[in-house]
Amino acid sequence: MNFELLTQLVVNGLIVGLLYGVIGMCFVLVYKSTQIVNFAQGEFLLIGAWVCWASLIYLELPFFLGFLLSLLFMAAFGVLLQMIVLRPMIGEPIISVIMVTIGLSIFFQSLMKWIFGVSPQSYPQVFDTQSINILGLNVEMAYLMSTVIALIIMVAFYMFFKHSKHGLAMRATAFDQQASQSLGVSVKHVFAMSWGIAATVSATAGIVLGMVNGVSDSLSIMGIKVFPAVILGGLDSIVGAIVGGLIIGVLENVAEFFDSQYLHIGNMYDIAPFYVLLIILWFKPYGLFGTKDIERI
Amino acid sequence: MSSLSMRPCGDFRTSYKQDNTIFETSTIRWVTIFTIIALCFAPLVVDGYFITLLIQISYLGIAALGLNILVGYTGQISLGHGAFFGFGAFASAWLNTSLHIPVFLCIPLAGFLTMGVGMMFGAPAARIKGLYLAIATLASQFIIEDFFARAEWFSGGAAGSMADPVSLFGFAFDTDQSFYYVALFSLVFMFIWGCNLMRSRDGRAFVAVRDHYLSAEIMGVKLNKYRLLSFGISSFYAGIGGALYAHYLGYVSAEGFTIMMSIQFLAMIIIGGLGSIKGTLMGVIFMVFLPEVLESGVGVMKMTDWGNIPMVVDGLAYIKEMAIGLVIIGFLIFEPEGLAHRWAQIKNYWKFYPFAY
Repeated sequence: MNFELLTQLVVNGLIVGLLYGVIGMCFVLVYKSTQIVNFAQGEFLLIGAWVCWASLIYLELPFFLGFLLSLLFMAAFGVLLQMIVLRPMIGEPIISVIMVTIGLSIFFQSLMKWIFGVSPQSYPQVFDTQSINILGLNVEMAYLMSTVIALIIMVAFYMFFKHSKHGLAMRATAFDQQASQSLGVSVKHVFAMSWGIAATVSATAGIVLGMVNGVSDSLSIMGIKVFPAVILGGLDSIVGAIVGGLIIGVLENVAEFFDSQYLHIGNMYDIAPFYVLLIILWFKPYGLFGTKDIERI
Repeated sequence: MSSLSMRPCGDFRTSYKQDNTIFETSTIRWVTIFTIIALCFAPLVVDGYFITLLIQISYLGIAALGLNILVGYTGQISLGHGAFFGFGAFASAWLNTSLHIPVFLCIPLAGFLTMGVGMMFGAPAARIKGLYLAIATLASQFIIEDFFARAEWFSGGAAGSMADPVSLFGFAFDTDQSFYYVALFSLVFMFIWGCNLMRSRDGRAFVAVRDHYLSAEIMGVKLNKYRLLSFGISSFYAGIGGALYAHYLGYVSAEGFTIMMSIQFLAMIIIGGLGSIKGTLMGVIFMVFLPEVLESGVGVMKMTDWGNIPMVVDGLAYIKEMAIGLVIIGFLIFEPEGLAHRWAQIKNYWKFYPFAY
């Protein structure tokens, strides 16, 4: 058994898992505050990464300016999307809500393909060194940055929800929409804000992933891969999303390892999380940290 | 929807049997019968390309009706219908080439095989519903897709598998014109069956499960049985549709049955109208003709000086996909009840014209 490879894969899994956690957090944030399942999450990553790429290549901005510009763009984009498309869907049955986000996902995915083409593009060099050595493991610089950014985002989320007025309003809305509305919380603003935050943070994850693998429409697959993570953690738990993300990240790498060493089934990396997803839904549909629905007549 | 349709004056119903007829009025019945007869003569009148579109409408329509029984009538969500459609296609080709069963038997058998697979993947529906079920079926979509790519004995792997044309008593339906009759017959048969299913006890149980599952359970409707049965019937329809598709094209490859296909099926029933058999067909027709209309629109644009933009002409494939997304969003925002509802409104408007009140 090749322990060195296994350790390397587990570390990679943790790094990618943190990103899953970040994307899952956005997903949970939107679900918790607006009760909308966002199938277009992956497209937020895609659009953010492409906008950043375009601002670096066409506008020739320095990296951090381009990064900030695309975050601003995505915040506006998320808010507008909520206002134009998702506000009319409040109170509609769940199938309609799901289909609207799926429609958005198809639309933006092909729009991006149309504008930027299908071939992957890479960002201009951001770091001088490609990879550094930590404790005998090779860690790519971009991965290191992604870990740092993911941790910063998580701390920022915590501070935002714990200590800011808007965060409190969002928690109140998630807890009881009508009560918070009657106490003067603008539910409209909360909805718009949660979509804005989700779009911005996902775009950050998209840019980081784009720096590692190049920007292409395969980024939008992340939006689907996040489902196993959030279901495992529980759909309405932000902590659960992070834990689920880490578990799924490690799991797909370990599955890939055992497959390449022993089983030789192939394609385990992509498909293993979905088997896990089905198993979780069978035995513990509300995940590790989710709240169970109790229905009363 | 039946309350919306206006019956002629003096046509009162006095029994449940009359209340349960397939056709609400005799006019609708005769119009339907004449349409079917007219469609039988279609190959003599219209050109070959139109016939291929009609065949496409038939096999997609059968599969979409299955999805409507599941989503529109039972209220379960499935994002894996495209995979079941593909399973039916592969199953029929496999039964034919490996077990040498005649093709016209393969098609229903493939339907039953798909039914089994659908019930297996629909089993979580006994425990979960709504959003969780949507995600579970999304997972099954990816798992079945992966199975197609891997199981070479079944699907031929990357190379795909061949399917013989339908033949009956030595006559091969191997041209578009002759296969059209097979497709039309299957479509009519499956739609009549669907209509009758919805008039039966099981059909009413489906609707009860959709409308209020707790009340339905209290009334004695077995929830798990009907949720699973609905999955089974829906996959059966998908399997039949897929098998027709396989024997029409003569070749099945794994690439076509992606999540995009599942989404297109969902788009069809949403555009047509959830919980409406007539609407299903309208939605399928809409979705089949949408790319054609776009293509000819761009074709007309290309002729003019100002319209020949390379970006539009080259990006036609993406524009078609974007149109699907836009149509889904547009219908859900502006006409969530679909074309069937709009059609009923138009009919009522003319019935009362010029006295709209």
